[in-house]
Amino acid sequence: MLARTLAAIACGILFGAGLVISDMINPARVLAFLDVAGNWDPSLAFVMGGALIPSSLAYLIRNRRRAPLLDDRFHVPAPGRPDGRLVVGAALFGIGWGLVGLCPGPAIAALTTGRWEAGLFVAAMLAGMIVYRLTLGRPAWATR
Amino acid sequence: MNDVNFLWPLAGGLLIGLSAGLYLLSTGRIAGISGLAASAAGLTDGGFSKLGFGFLAGILGGAAVASALIRQPDITVTSSIPLLVIAGLLVGFGTRLGSGCTSGHGICGMARLSLRSVFATLTFMTVAALTVFIMRLVSGGAV
Repeated sequence: MLARTLAAIACGILFGAGLVISDMINPARVLAFLDVAGNWDPSLAFVMGGALIPSSLAYLIRNRRRAPLLDDRFHVPAPGRPDGRLVVGAALFGIGWGLVGLCPGPAIAALTTGRWEAGLFVAAMLAGMIVYRLTLGRPAWATR
Repeated sequence: MNDVNFLWPLAGGLLIGLSAGLYLLSTGRIAGISGLAASAAGLTDGGFSKLGFGFLAGILGGAAVASALIRQPDITVTSSIPLLVIAGLLVGFGTRLGSGCTSGHGICGMARLSLRSVFATLTFMTVAALTVFIMRLVSGGAV
């Protein structure tokens, strides 16, 4: 368990460094990337393109292995069909992302800049997650 | 036109993908930040997760070190307080309802060609671009 936690910390360090180096952490850059009809800045397409290379390789390796290095099985969701919750959730997320230019990873990384805007956004994001947990995301045992 | 440098985003993207790939092959899990954040806050069926907490702590450490040693972030936020709150609420609620965000669906899900993740990614990218378009119209085209 300690090894898994250390692996999570190490992966988080790589992830946080990647967000800073790619400038995903900068909401103005993200908004310029999303502004396809205006003064479009395509550079962040290279973040997703670059990220897909090692992650696709890892998923190919995964298909040839029975278990990960530090656990007895993979915890990857089984394939499923898109449904209403998925599409509505992704759409609500897209509105929030487009309004400010922050998604969860960069918002958390931006806390290190000491900007109050990042703190306020992350607090509101946690509040949104709590609202979901108390409404549509209530566990089965709480909805008798 | 913006001066576009592809090397920084490419290098950063490779690091993010390496992180997601190593996380899968070591712990067997998906590096989706919205899910990790919810589990670090004890807001999932599994309860509080040390892995989620560790990953988020790592993000803070990695971002701080990279900012100090490699590239000083130059952050511009122009959003008002109500906008930050509304957007944060939508991102938190929407990523939980939709089971993922830019990392879980956009990187991990696309990498494993998950149909659900492809749908989710197309949806949030399109809606985000439309939102920016509408916001630019409302703000009088000021960029």
